[in-house]
Amino acid sequence: MGRKLDPTNKVKRGPGRKSRKQKGAETELANFLVEEDEPKKLSSRGKKRAIKRAQVKEQKKEQKAIKAQKPKKGFSDENSQWLKPAQRKRKIEEPAEDEESDSQWEEDSEEEGVPLKKQIKGEDLDDDDDDDDEDMVDDYGADEGDEEDKQDSDGDELLPIEKAARKQKKRQLNQQESIEDDDDDDDDEEMSTEEAEKIKQQKGKEDDTVQAMFDENDEKFILPSAADRQNEGLLPMDLKTIYQRIKDNVDVLTHFTEKREKDKDRSEYLSLLRSDLCIYYSYNQFLISKLMDLFPLSELIEFLEANEIQRPVTIRTNTLKTRRRDLAQALINRGVNLDPIGKWSKVGLVIYDSSVPIGATPEYLSGQYMLQGASSFLPVMALSPQEGELVLDMSSAPGGKTTYMAQLMKNTGTIVANDANADRLKSVVGNIHRLGVTNAIICNYDGRQFPKVMGGFDRVLLDAPCSGTGVISKDPAVKTGKDDTDIHRLAHLQKELLLAAIDSVNADSPTGGYLIYCTCSVMVEENEWVVDYALKKRNVKLVPTGLDFGKEGFTRFRARRFHPSLKLSCRFYPHSHNMDGFFIAKFKKFSNIIPTAPKETENEEESTAMGTGAQSEKIPKTEQIQSKEQAPTSTPAKSPKGMKKKLGQNKDEAPIIKRKPGGKPDSKKTEGPKKAKIAKLDGEALKKSPKFNKKQKTNGEVKKEVAGEKKVGSPFEKKKNRRNKKNLGTKNRLGKNKFKDSKKTLGQEESGQ
Amino acid sequence: MRPLTDEETKTMFEKLSKYIGENIKILVDRPDGTYCFRLHNDRVYYMSDKMLKLATNFARNQLVSVGSCFGKFTKTLKFRLHITALDFLAPYAKFKVWVKPGAEQSFLYGNHVLKSGLGRITENTAQYQGVVVYSMADVPLGFGVAAKTTQECRKVDPLSIVVFHQADIDKYLYDKQHL
Repeated sequence: MGRKLDPTNKVKRGPGRKSRKQKGAETELANFLVEEDEPKKLSSRGKKRAIKRAQVKEQKKEQKAIKAQKPKKGFSDENSQWLKPAQRKRKIEEPAEDEESDSQWEEDSEEEGVPLKKQIKGEDLDDDDDDDDEDMVDDYGADEGDEEDKQDSDGDELLPIEKAARKQKKRQLNQQESIEDDDDDDDDEEMSTEEAEKIKQQKGKEDDTVQAMFDENDEKFILPSAADRQNEGLLPMDLKTIYQRIKDNVDVLTHFTEKREKDKDRSEYLSLLRSDLCIYYSYNQFLISKLMDLFPLSELIEFLEANEIQRPVTIRTNTLKTRRRDLAQALINRGVNLDPIGKWSKVGLVIYDSSVPIGATPEYLSGQYMLQGASSFLPVMALSPQEGELVLDMSSAPGGKTTYMAQLMKNTGTIVANDANADRLKSVVGNIHRLGVTNAIICNYDGRQFPKVMGGFDRVLLDAPCSGTGVISKDPAVKTGKDDTDIHRLAHLQKELLLAAIDSVNADSPTGGYLIYCTCSVMVEENEWVVDYALKKRNVKLVPTGLDFGKEGFTRFRARRFHPSLKLSCRFYPHSHNMDGFFIAKFKKFSNIIPTAPKETENEEESTAMGTGAQSEKIPKTEQIQSKEQAPTSTPAKSPKGMKKKLGQNKDEAPIIKRKPGGKPDSKKTEGPKKAKIAKLDGEALKKSPKFNKKQKTNGEVKKEVAGEKKVGSPFEKKKNRRNKKNLGTKNRLGKNKFKDSKKTLGQEESGQ
Repeated sequence: MRPLTDEETKTMFEKLSKYIGENIKILVDRPDGTYCFRLHNDRVYYMSDKMLKLATNFARNQLVSVGSCFGKFTKTLKFRLHITALDFLAPYAKFKVWVKPGAEQSFLYGNHVLKSGLGRITENTAQYQGVVVYSMADVPLGFGVAAKTTQECRKVDPLSIVVFHQADIDKYLYDKQHL
């Protein structure tokens, strides 16, 4: 890229034509500049400056000497070997260092031989450059030496005009000072001694109070009384004092036995801290108390602080089109300052600053890289899709992870990129085409329907919709926008999605059978809890994610105990990893059979643990759904097998494939009420629970009837059974309208009661 | 999703052949499996046999895209190439135009290529021949139509148009909704 340097017509460096001093002005200035003949005396400060200047000069010389010995380096950190600063774009290759840097980049170095010529050229160029620099520096030094004697104590190069202006200013200043002095004298005379005394006293008082404050801070943090705190609500408080109070409070809380006030409780300190944090970082009470549960206090402050600053912009090289090394060079030539993201990724780059919009460079448009947060690399790396596999990305927008998967699979196999939001899918289409991914099918389903649409995937990535508590720096609206019901509603959706995702995985896949569940939330409710739920409900186990950093997931959180294998999951935090808060769990599915009888005790425990009506309502229903699914010898579990055989293009197996649509209406049956249930959930979750229980009961009865009818035929001849099911599917299925009707009647009954 | 009718196939291949000539054959007969064109939502998608089979799982109105989109049929049944086809046009293009780094950005903003921005051009390019536009670093930027033959290009003044702009990769940003 860029223009190649032509050594024959080298452009001269140095001050341009326009910076030349005007000659006419100089001669004119001489007329009204009065020359001071006697040698100037240096003021004391001037002397100091002169000494300093001499020192600096010496240092510079030393540095120059050192530089002459050492090869120049643009960056001083570990990446200096390969990274060159943007200004030196004319150097094409640096011969000696480059060979080392190759090992840092991708291993393949086919082009080693090719740039030899360039290297030689580059060397020449280097020499030229150095000469230029030295010349320039020398000139500059000479200039300084000549002019230094003439210059006054400030030591800068001054144009004659500037000198004149300065002198005038001085004169004016002198005049003003003399006038002011006079004034001051007058004032002093007028001012009475009493007044002066008063002022002195005031000053003394102020000093005392300040001293007192300091004492307080140094020695002991005193908890303000309840009355004080009420008053605070009325008066706006200084953020600085609040911050100081937070610090002191944390200090007391960490050394509680030593620093506490005897009659004060820990909870009092905590409540003050909570309200202070809410004010200072502008969160709502709910989120702060959740975060306080999650982090130790010192870490909490770090986390909150980290949420105030943006994460670095990161990009991912599209290895389908280019290599990271080439891309870095091209971007450096455009004036972008970048670095590799770290040892853990071979495709990531961090952008520090850029003179061009990083999302609109020709490199970006031609699909050589993708703007993507560092944390979004991780789930795909954990998934590690293999070439030729069938992979599902359940919530793919805007396509960053999908394209990363495609590049890991080298455009072989097939990726199904799904998203529930049709508008957001447009960006997926754009990105997939831009990055040259040809193996993707993009579809628009609700993830919960998925095993019915298509199953038998080798790997599935579920980046579930979440509260976004890990990405507060991106979207500060989360600070105040979320409450308990939101979290629980999301957790519920995540559980449904995760079960659907697990059901879409084919456990018998020779290479895969893996599933990644990830969220950009730090809440335990949305992460460990959901994973724990899935571990109970399906034949899956957690396996190590394969990422060598990140913190372990919680196996216990307050009153809750999770499955011990949850420590295999990974958590990432903005303050400790400088990326968005993230949670990743990797499942391995070991059986396609959906476990039949979920233990009653577990569910009871679950329902008691989940406080809201929404949650407690949900569990018995899923139970029913499951029992229904078992009845026809677990059709959804079989469907993936059918799919696989279909893939193998084995014509003999055709009947099995046919069985799949046979199972469909049955499963749709569950879908109808389920959908309605979800709608209900959204609308009415906040309503009181007793009403709900009734509704749920009656609903349950209706369902039981349906299930009963179906079960009658199940153990007998398969064909008949299938026919039965089909009929049931058409007739007895609770369609939307029917469900609405029944809901209406139920509502009437209730109102009657 | 359905196969193209004969009429549609003809119009599409005519259009494609303006850019890649007889290289269309390479697109259809590939060594790594059979590939085919399918029409979905007025758009033509190019996909492998395997993907085609998998795509049958999805309902028509739920399926957004399969494989890579080549272009779409307008209401008047003309075929319009999309920029998304560039990945397949560029390697097989018969006639190419390279633009200078300074004119790169101008082309990406939707302007025609002027003589002053012309870096290189394939010999014997005829007038109104479909060409693929590259940057000097051989990055395909888009495609267009040659306004002048190679011979004429040598003589004309620097401000005359050499290549008419048709589509460029900037569409990925500003025309995302219509891809």
